Amino acid sequence: MSASSDVGYHAQRKARWHFGEAAFWLIVLACGFLFPTRYLIMTDILRLALFAMSLDLILGYAGIVSLGHAAFFGVGAYAAGLLALHGIINEPVLALIVAGLAAMVLGFATSFLVIRGVDLTRLMVTLGIALLLEALAERFSNITGGTDGLQGIEMQPIFGEIPFDMFGKAGFFYSLAVLFVLFLFARRVVHSPFGLSLRAIKNNPLRAAAIGIPVNRRLIAIYTLAAFYAGIAGALFTQTTAIASLDVFAFERSADLMLVLVIGGTGYLYGGLVGAVIFRMLQEVFATITPQYWQFWIGLVLVVIVLVGRQRLHRWVLYVPNLIIKQVAGRKAVVAVPESDS
Amino acid sequence: MTSILTNLFDGVAYGMLLFVLACGLAVTLGLMNFVNLAHGAFAMAGGYVCMVLVNRMGWPFFAALPLAFVSSAAIGIVLERTLYRHLYARSHLDQVLFTIGLTFMSVAAVDYIQGSSRVFINLPAALQGQFDLFGVGIGRYRLMIIVICGLLTIGLQMVLAKTRFGSRLRAAVDDPRAASGLGINVPQVFAFTFAFGCGLAGLGGALSAEILGLDPYFPLKFMIYFLIVVTVGGSSSITGPFLASLLLGIGDVAGKYYVPKMGPFVIYTMMIVILIWRPNGLFGRTAAR
Repeated sequence: MSASSDVGYHAQRKARWHFGEAAFWLIVLACGFLFPTRYLIMTDILRLALFAMSLDLILGYAGIVSLGHAAFFGVGAYAAGLLALHGIINEPVLALIVAGLAAMVLGFATSFLVIRGVDLTRLMVTLGIALLLEALAERFSNITGGTDGLQGIEMQPIFGEIPFDMFGKAGFFYSLAVLFVLFLFARRVVHSPFGLSLRAIKNNPLRAAAIGIPVNRRLIAIYTLAAFYAGIAGALFTQTTAIASLDVFAFERSADLMLVLVIGGTGYLYGGLVGAVIFRMLQEVFATITPQYWQFWIGLVLVVIVLVGRQRLHRWVLYVPNLIIKQVAGRKAVVAVPESDS
Repeated sequence: MTSILTNLFDGVAYGMLLFVLACGLAVTLGLMNFVNLAHGAFAMAGGYVCMVLVNRMGWPFFAALPLAFVSSAAIGIVLERTLYRHLYARSHLDQVLFTIGLTFMSVAAVDYIQGSSRVFINLPAALQGQFDLFGVGIGRYRLMIIVICGLLTIGLQMVLAKTRFGSRLRAAVDDPRAASGLGINVPQVFAFTFAFGCGLAGLGGALSAEILGLDPYFPLKFMIYFLIVVTVGGSSSITGPFLASLLLGIGDVAGKYYVPKMGPFVIYTMMIVILIWRPNGLFGRTAAR
C-alpha cells in the first residue's frame, strides 16, 4: 500500500460514524423528553455549544487564537433581532440564515486583518474588532437600542407552523435541529481534504505552504465559515430569548467561550458540546454557592486547568471510560481526545 | 487655542500615566514574550492599597504611593515565583487562558473585599484644582503626574542603558541561552524585572484612581489600552511604548473632546490600522519571536 493511499485510508476510517457518536446525539435528544421543565437552560447550553463549535473550527483546526469571537455572535444576534423587530423577514429559519450570512460577511472582511501577523497581533486585532463593534452598537443606539438593547421582539412561528411557546419547548428542538445540521456540515468539512489541509497549516504553516497548500486562502475560508457559525449561534440567542443587548459583544463572552472549549478539548468538534454542558453546570453550582462572585471560581478553574495541563487533565477524565471500554470490548481505548493545540 | 493646549496637557498627563501602567507589560509581553492579560490586576492592587492607606488609615498621599509600588511588586514576585515561571515556555493560548483566569479572580476578589462601586482617594488640598499659566488651565494633579512619570521614564532609560543590571537584562532578552552561558542568572533577572514592572503598574494604579477611575473592573476595562501601548510601541527600547502611550493619551483625550459621539472607536480604529500597516508595532522590532 502506498503512503498516500495509507493516509487516505486512515482519514476515511476516522471520518466514519462511531457508535458512540450516535449514542451521544440520542442522549441529547432524549434529554429533550426527559427534562421538560429545564428547556430554557438546555437551550442555553445548545446555543453555547454551537458557539463553541464555531471557535473550535478556527482554534482547534486552524490554530487561530481569537479573543473577540463574540463580535460575530453579536452581529448575528442583532441582525436576527432587527429582522424580526422590523418585520423584514418573519420566517425564523430564513432570518437565521440571513443573520448568519451577515456575520459571515464581517468574518470575510476581517479575516484579511487576522491572517496577517503572529499570535499576538491576532489576539489584539480580534479583541479590537469586538470592542469596536460594541462601541458602534452603543453609538448607533437609535438602531440598536443602546444600553437597553432591542426590546419587543416577537417571533413568528417556525415555517409558519410551529409557534415558540413560553416553556421554550419549540425553542429547544429548533436549536437542537440547527445545531445538529450545522454539526453534520462541520463534521463533513473537517474530515474533507480541506479540513486535513487546515490541520497541516496549524501544525506548521511553512511546511504546509511548501507542499502547495494555499495557506492564506484556507485560513480566510475557515475563518469566514466560523463567523457564519457564530452568527447563527447569536441569531439563535435572539430568537429563543427575544432580546439582544450590548453584552452580546462583551469580552467576558469571548473569554467564557475559551473556557468552554478548554474544558471540552479542542480539535474534535465534540469539545464544544461537552464543554458547554460542563461549563453551564459549573456556573450553576458556583452561582448557587456565591451568587455574586461566581466569576472568581470560574477564574480559578481556568488557572487550575492551565497549571495542571490540558492534555493531562483530559487523560485523567477519560481514564475510567477507557478502562470500561477496555474491559467490555476487549480492545484498546477508543475514546481519546486528539492532541490539542501546540 | 487655549483649549487645544489644555487638551494637549491633559493628553500628555494621560499618556504618561498609561506609560507607567503599561511599561511593565512592555517587558513581559514584548521582551519575555509572555502574554500577561492580568497586568491590570497588579495596577488595581496598587490602587486599592493606596486607597486603604490614605482613606482608612490616614496616611499622607505621598507616603502611600511608594507603598503601592512595594505591595504590587511583592504580589508580582510571589506570583512569578509560584505560577508565572511555569508558563514561560507554554503556548500563547495557555498563557492567555491562565492570565484571563487570574484577572477574573482578581475582579471577583476585590469586588468581595471592597465592594463594586468606584473608589476615590482623598487627595491633599495642594493637589486639587488648577491654575492658569499664560491662560492655559493646568490641573495640579495632572502636573504632578507628568513630573513623577517623566522622572520615572528618565530613570528607567538610565537604568536600562547605563547600569550593569540594564545590560544584563538586555542580554537575557536578546539571547537567554548565551546570557546564561556568560553567567547571568536569567530567571532571576526576569523575576526581578517582572516584579519591578508590577510595582510600576501598582504605582500607576494609585495615581490613576483620580483620572481613570478605580473599581473592581479596572483590569478588564483597561486591558486593551495596555496591550495597545505595547503592540503599537514595539519593544526594542522603552522609547517605543513611551511614544505610543503619549500618542494614545493625546488621541484619546482629543477624540473624547472634539468628537465625543465617536467615543472610543477613534483609538480602536487607530490600533487596528497601525497593526495592519506595521504588524510589529510602529517603533522597533518584532514582539514575538
